[in-house]
Amino acid sequence: MNALLFNSTLVIYAVVTAVYLVYLLKPTESLGKTGLWLTMAGFLVHCGFTLNRFLDAGHTPITNLHESLSFFSLSVVGIFLLLERRYKISILGSFMMPLALLIMAISASFSTVIPPLNPALKSKWLAVHTIMAFLGYAAFAISFGVSIMYLIQSHFLKTRRLGSMFQKLPSLDILDDISYRCLTFGFPLLTFAIISGAIWAETAWGTYWSWDPKETWSLITWFIYAALLHGRLTTGWRGRKAAMLSIFGFVIMLFTFLGVNLLLPGLHSYK
Amino acid sequence: MNIIVVGLSHKTAAVEIREKVAFSPTQMEKPLNALVALPDITEAVIVSTCNRVEIYATTRDVAGGMARLKRFLADYHNVPLETLEKHLYSHHGEEATRHVFRVASSLDSMVVGEPQILGQIKTSYGYAAEFKSSGIILNRFLHKAFSVAKRVRTETKIASSAVSVAFAAVELAKKIFGELTDKTVLLIGAGEMCELAAKHFINVGVRGVMVTNRTYERAEKLAEEFDAKPVHFEALMDHLPKADIILSSTGAPHFIIHQKDMEDVLRRRKLKPMFFIDIAVPRDIDPKVNDVENCYLYTVDDLNGVVATNLEQRKIEAAKAEAIVEQEIGQFFKWLSSLDVTPTIVALRSHFDEIRKAELAKTLSNWKDLPPGAEKKMDALTNAIMNKLLHHPTSLLKRTDQGSRNDLYVDALRHLFDLETGEQQESMMELED
Repeated sequence: MNALLFNSTLVIYAVVTAVYLVYLLKPTESLGKTGLWLTMAGFLVHCGFTLNRFLDAGHTPITNLHESLSFFSLSVVGIFLLLERRYKISILGSFMMPLALLIMAISASFSTVIPPLNPALKSKWLAVHTIMAFLGYAAFAISFGVSIMYLIQSHFLKTRRLGSMFQKLPSLDILDDISYRCLTFGFPLLTFAIISGAIWAETAWGTYWSWDPKETWSLITWFIYAALLHGRLTTGWRGRKAAMLSIFGFVIMLFTFLGVNLLLPGLHSYK
Repeated sequence: MNIIVVGLSHKTAAVEIREKVAFSPTQMEKPLNALVALPDITEAVIVSTCNRVEIYATTRDVAGGMARLKRFLADYHNVPLETLEKHLYSHHGEEATRHVFRVASSLDSMVVGEPQILGQIKTSYGYAAEFKSSGIILNRFLHKAFSVAKRVRTETKIASSAVSVAFAAVELAKKIFGELTDKTVLLIGAGEMCELAAKHFINVGVRGVMVTNRTYERAEKLAEEFDAKPVHFEALMDHLPKADIILSSTGAPHFIIHQKDMEDVLRRRKLKPMFFIDIAVPRDIDPKVNDVENCYLYTVDDLNGVVATNLEQRKIEAAKAEAIVEQEIGQFFKWLSSLDVTPTIVALRSHFDEIRKAELAKTLSNWKDLPPGAEKKMDALTNAIMNKLLHHPTSLLKRTDQGSRNDLYVDALRHLFDLETGEQQESMMELED
């Protein structure tokens, strides 16, 4: 059942990605609608998978890379659907859904068996800490995608290449706005994830902060986004500069999430 | 019944001719009444805009009707027919239908795809409906034209892109700023194109306009016209950070806005994007300003390029629209031909006769001990009743002196006795929306 739901999600996201990529080349209203409906269907199946996994495992299914990547992807799709509802910009899907698919594909490459729960993770903090962290990551991922859209649109405007993709991409102002909103949504989540992690670490390992690689890199990620938001509020970093910083922040965040788990041994290396 | 159109447009006549034969919208009753009073003209609609004057009418006699309309146009406006004749076009039947569909869909407009023409035809039709000069045929003819125009608008992108420099500037600004309601426009210098663009920005509701000029008095004068704020030219750099959209067209021989100043200006406005439109020749704004972060500079050539691309795009869309028009012509003609009197009478008779024969056969088959010859007599009796019943409606339909009422009767008969075909029901439904 687990495998069926997971694979169905993967297949639907693959189809959605194909639909949205065709939309990028030839934007028609019906393609955009098809993409949206398929995404909703995929999201429901994905929710079904997560719920099923939760029931099978008996705890929040975010304990290894397979599970957490899947939940990361689920959060990206969820936030994308909320944004699509609010802004009605189909072309967002052309940038978000390939990302969601990629994350799912990486998730598929890791072992899908439900391992016995690591004793250190047996805590009510598991749900709070991981869900906040991954919702935050997802918000940053969306900000990353929208920032790429910003750079593309800004490039079109600067070089006066005003084709059909330019027409379909929203205004710079809206892209900047969505990116900023995602950051203001993601940043508090990351902050609380770090704080809740520290509290949890105190109860589990007896110390709030042990400069474990994950902790260090989380802090670096936090500082980058803090700087970005601070710069925006005070000196008004916006537009291209903000977009590039958001992309940079996302790359660092990815390293915090994946790089640390796979490359740097430490307390957080759950595979 | 035939539909004819006689008229002239920007394609056949210069404005000096067009203005001579234009009809005043406040006095439509008189010409419309005069038209339907003409012999052989049963219905009439006048379309009169600054780009075209056309009379649509229905008649039994195509050649005679056209000649009458031409004569009417000349006489009504006291223009000799000889001078008018060479500018006039006339179409009938399918050509007339194609013509009105194309006009309503803005395929015959000076700027293909411009949206005003449909409203103008609707208004013209409104007069004809008000003064009862249009009847069942022109009613449906024009409603069909409206629905074709609507289809063209929704199924093609014929009107979706800007085809004037001023509009292109507004569209681009929207791609940068989204909503323009909280944006400020700065007008540097004066010039026709610049002022036109400023008007477009005011129309979409920008928050404020500033005007500057080397001579402050001229800035003040222009500011009054736009309800804008005049600023001193020397203080340009102080005001630049407050402006989001800058329209520049001064006669300066050198750049007045330089790249090196822009870094500072952008910093002072917290890097909020700026959109420069340089309409001046020689240029006012250093092209390197476009390289400054969050600054977007378009010259008049760039905007002309945008317009040219959009016009190309419209041509492609226009071809799609023509295909829609062709498709709809066929549909309309199926309905129009159903209004012919003779086939309607034949259909009505055969409809009655079928019922008579069926009922007669039913009665006779149940009737035993029928006296000899009774069968023939029954047949004659029922036939006589049917003929009596049909006599008056048939002779009324065959009369030719009652104008558009004839078509009304035919249409009503087809509905009352269900003599119609599938297409007609469909077109009736279209009429309703």
